[in-house]
Amino acid sequence: MAASTLPGIELPKLSNEEIARYSRHLILPEVGMEGQQKLKAAKVLCVGTGGLGAPLALYLAAAGVGTLGLVDFDTVDASNLQRQIIHSTATVGKLKVDSAELMLKGLNPFMNVVKHNTMLTSANALEIFKDYDIIADGTDNFQTRYLVNDACVLSGHKPNAYGSIFRFEGQASVFATEAGPCYRCLYPEPPPPGLVPSCAEGGVLGILPGLVGVIQATEVIKLILGIGETLVGRLLLVDALTMKFRTLKLRKNPDCPVCGTHPTVTALIDYDQFCGIEKPKSVGPLEVAQNKAVADAPVVDGIPQVSVQELKRRLDASEDVFVLDVREPYEVPIASLGVPLIPLGELAKRVDELAAQKDRNIVVHCKSGGRSQKAAQFLKSVGFQHVENLAGGILAWADKIDPTLPKY
Amino acid sequence: MKINIPTPLRTYTGGLQTVTVPGATIGEALEQLVGTYPDLRQHLYTGEGKLRSFVNLYLNDDDIRYLPQKEATAASADDELTIIPSIAGGRLPHRQSAPIAPLLVIPWRSGGICFCN
Repeated sequence: MAASTLPGIELPKLSNEEIARYSRHLILPEVGMEGQQKLKAAKVLCVGTGGLGAPLALYLAAAGVGTLGLVDFDTVDASNLQRQIIHSTATVGKLKVDSAELMLKGLNPFMNVVKHNTMLTSANALEIFKDYDIIADGTDNFQTRYLVNDACVLSGHKPNAYGSIFRFEGQASVFATEAGPCYRCLYPEPPPPGLVPSCAEGGVLGILPGLVGVIQATEVIKLILGIGETLVGRLLLVDALTMKFRTLKLRKNPDCPVCGTHPTVTALIDYDQFCGIEKPKSVGPLEVAQNKAVADAPVVDGIPQVSVQELKRRLDASEDVFVLDVREPYEVPIASLGVPLIPLGELAKRVDELAAQKDRNIVVHCKSGGRSQKAAQFLKSVGFQHVENLAGGILAWADKIDPTLPKY
Repeated sequence: MKINIPTPLRTYTGGLQTVTVPGATIGEALEQLVGTYPDLRQHLYTGEGKLRSFVNLYLNDDDIRYLPQKEATAASADDELTIIPSIAGGRLPHRQSAPIAPLLVIPWRSGGICFCN
């Protein structure tokens, strides 16, 4: 049986109301009164209150974890509600930490919620982590994954209940314990940004983060209670399409730069640089900062950026312009400008279809401007002279030009 | 040998979840795999032909990094090789665009990070 993660502290007493609430735990010998008191004493930090963080935090609150910290800087959007069940229609537009607190306190008024309405950074991670026993990583990008891992190791090996999802596939483990491997033992380096799946391969089955987030919550509870076998030293792979679960053995890498025998990373580093991505230019959502940077610049990597207003003006004035959609076919029924489609992934093979347009003014568009920028760069590289990128894509068109167009 | 292809890489195998290839060693089987699906190569190997450090390969239940002969380990038709991808998703923000990476080489999908909904 694993030892509890909690230090040897005097356990808090349960009130009669709490005893009534946790009755099904109290009559379970593996939890019992002492276990429930351990849960009440525990302090767990959820990094992210999105797809994974939502079920994770809800179940931990229901189970009676005494203090839940929430780290998030985002606000609730309608498109979150397909999977982020800690938020609700009524809290769209509110800060996620406020929205989550409402739901958690509604579920269990006997627990404390500590809100950290901030982006987790190298500057604040250790300070935030120091008040918690266990960290649950439900973030969405490699920079924060490495940051959470390193901060867990550097905070004296705080266990990191890890979960990650992609489309129909999930992973879970417990990293950064003293005896077990850390995230870097498995993934010494992040994939370069160029090899990370793009919009066209994005999306996630809404239920999957529920499945994986609840696995993370299960690991947290086991760590607190000191029961069962945790995922320390194992990686759980979940495939929701085939409903296959598999665990693989993980090893602690003696040469790991963070948790190895001769660590070279002894303080938090610049994780944007480590992951090879551009630093956010302002406080706030990374994607907004980066999006804006592209949209605001008149020319990006040799490709002029045209605004939706300018495109509308040219179309209205019947100027010669050929608009090309480079999204995936399944995106067209959602929203379309009614222009020809060649998905980015097929552009190289199908570029001959554009031979007649070679000398025309071409404006390329996608959902929000990322894929179309790459398409424009490719077209320019194969000799198209007048290629521009529609800044902000069809979403900007829906925002600024045609409000009847749905946003997705 | 049967090779299990993870979701992020199925784009490059025409959607196949498993691919069966001949090969007396792990390395030979992988070479067959990227020979059949050339778009996979840059995702598994560096420009110098080394396995990328974020790509984890398991022969049955063993991490090949810890097998004495690593990629040169002998493999039979009954063996199963699993590619473990590095995935970061979990809290998917909406309307996110990519940091624009310089255009690499074709094959495509060489985009930046983009976690759209």
